[in-house]
Amino acid sequence: MIVLSNINKSYDTRQGQRMILEGVNLRVERGERLGILGRNGAGKSTLIRLISGIELPTSGRIYRGMSISWPLAFGGAFQGSLTGLDNIRFICRVYGAPIEPTIRFVEEFSELGIYLREPVKKYSSGMRARLAFGISMAIEFDCFLIDEVIAVGDNRFQKKSRIELFEKRRDRAMIIVSHNADFVRDHCEHAAVLVNGKLHGFNQIEDAYHFYQSSEA
Amino acid sequence: MSLPTPTFRHSLAIQLRVIGALIMREIITRYGRHNIGFLWLFFEPMLFTLGVTTLWAMIKATHGTDLPITAFAVTGYSSLLLWRNCSNRSVKAIEVNLSLLYHRHVKVFDLFAARLILEIAGATSSCVVLTFVFSFAGWMKFPADILTAVIGWILLAWFALGLGLIVGAASERSEVIDRVWHIFTYLMFPLSGAAFMVDWFPKSIQNFLLWVPMVHGTEMIRHGYFGSAVRTYESPFYLITVDSIMLLLGLALVREAGRRVEPE
Repeated sequence: MIVLSNINKSYDTRQGQRMILEGVNLRVERGERLGILGRNGAGKSTLIRLISGIELPTSGRIYRGMSISWPLAFGGAFQGSLTGLDNIRFICRVYGAPIEPTIRFVEEFSELGIYLREPVKKYSSGMRARLAFGISMAIEFDCFLIDEVIAVGDNRFQKKSRIELFEKRRDRAMIIVSHNADFVRDHCEHAAVLVNGKLHGFNQIEDAYHFYQSSEA
Repeated sequence: MSLPTPTFRHSLAIQLRVIGALIMREIITRYGRHNIGFLWLFFEPMLFTLGVTTLWAMIKATHGTDLPITAFAVTGYSSLLLWRNCSNRSVKAIEVNLSLLYHRHVKVFDLFAARLILEIAGATSSCVVLTFVFSFAGWMKFPADILTAVIGWILLAWFALGLGLIVGAASERSEVIDRVWHIFTYLMFPLSGAAFMVDWFPKSIQNFLLWVPMVHGTEMIRHGYFGSAVRTYESPFYLITVDSIMLLLGLALVREAGRRVEPE
């Protein structure tokens, strides 16, 4: 179970304090798939970063009763000067995962071949995303955090990624933040909508969908 | 609603795992896998000390006293490297490692801990190896009182740890620290006791010198190396007090920095 109670988050900007999230409450059970819809700048990424623990809330409490992935997104998670292999080794050590089987899995899944022995800073953004996705699939989590739609690589690779995440890991919890309502509808059981830093929860995904559409203006 | 809190043992296991991973990563990024690889960790300070020892032996830096110059240089320069390398490596340590904070278990403290452990290990092994090599080669006598030397070294390493945390966290706060710190360490060199014994000075200057915490560490290490052949003025109590205050301050600053940084 993951519980967020009364989360507030504000950032210091040159124009003073800016409230990003206000009084957010959230509860995700094991195996539950929650979608969080929001426009650009609604605070989606901030919320997912707080859940993952990369950043701390200004006030409020977060309880993590299961293992949670880092936010699966395009960037992040890597050190550019290290090779792909050294990045895999580092992440395995941090999460206490076995190194050799993980390398074998990522080698096969990411299709990066000899480039795994090159520094990540030489990678194209597509290669980087493939590596990131491969590593996050190699380490087992109870709950995956997904920031925006994962569109990695070409069509074939996207299909492979979808199978890996949404079919092979059907039993895991997921928190998906997106501005794409259809994507959330396809993959989630429940949905919430983030508007101006406030989170509105709905039991029926259709209600969330309608609320999201009407909040557009 | 009451929720279970993680146990201390479990958290400790994670933290040790993370620091271990960071140390491995640090070794690879800094020394690579070429030629002697991570052996540079203590080879570098060793070559430094070796060079300075040769130089000091040539110019007779013991100022006419009959102190064995090799042991004087090894103790002095090793002590200097211990605290100077630690603080130099902590400057901007957060900034260059920001992307690693993307993993929840990796905390700002761990970034510093990994670097400081490596620096302390490097300086310590360099000092130990040089002491053994020079002793067997007959260039210096083996330390008269190992225990005193070891305790002095530990207290100085503790100082280096606190200093590293303070400087590292402060450099994250202000660009000025980054620029000024290197000048400051350079100016501290003549004051740190690396190149003098307190006994060489008149009482009035001694009182002033004994305010400098590093002087106590170096004096104590030399007390251990030279035994009763020299008169030293260290106060372990003073050094422990300073060490404790600095470590506490360092931990507080690092905690504060951890709350403020925003990873990429």
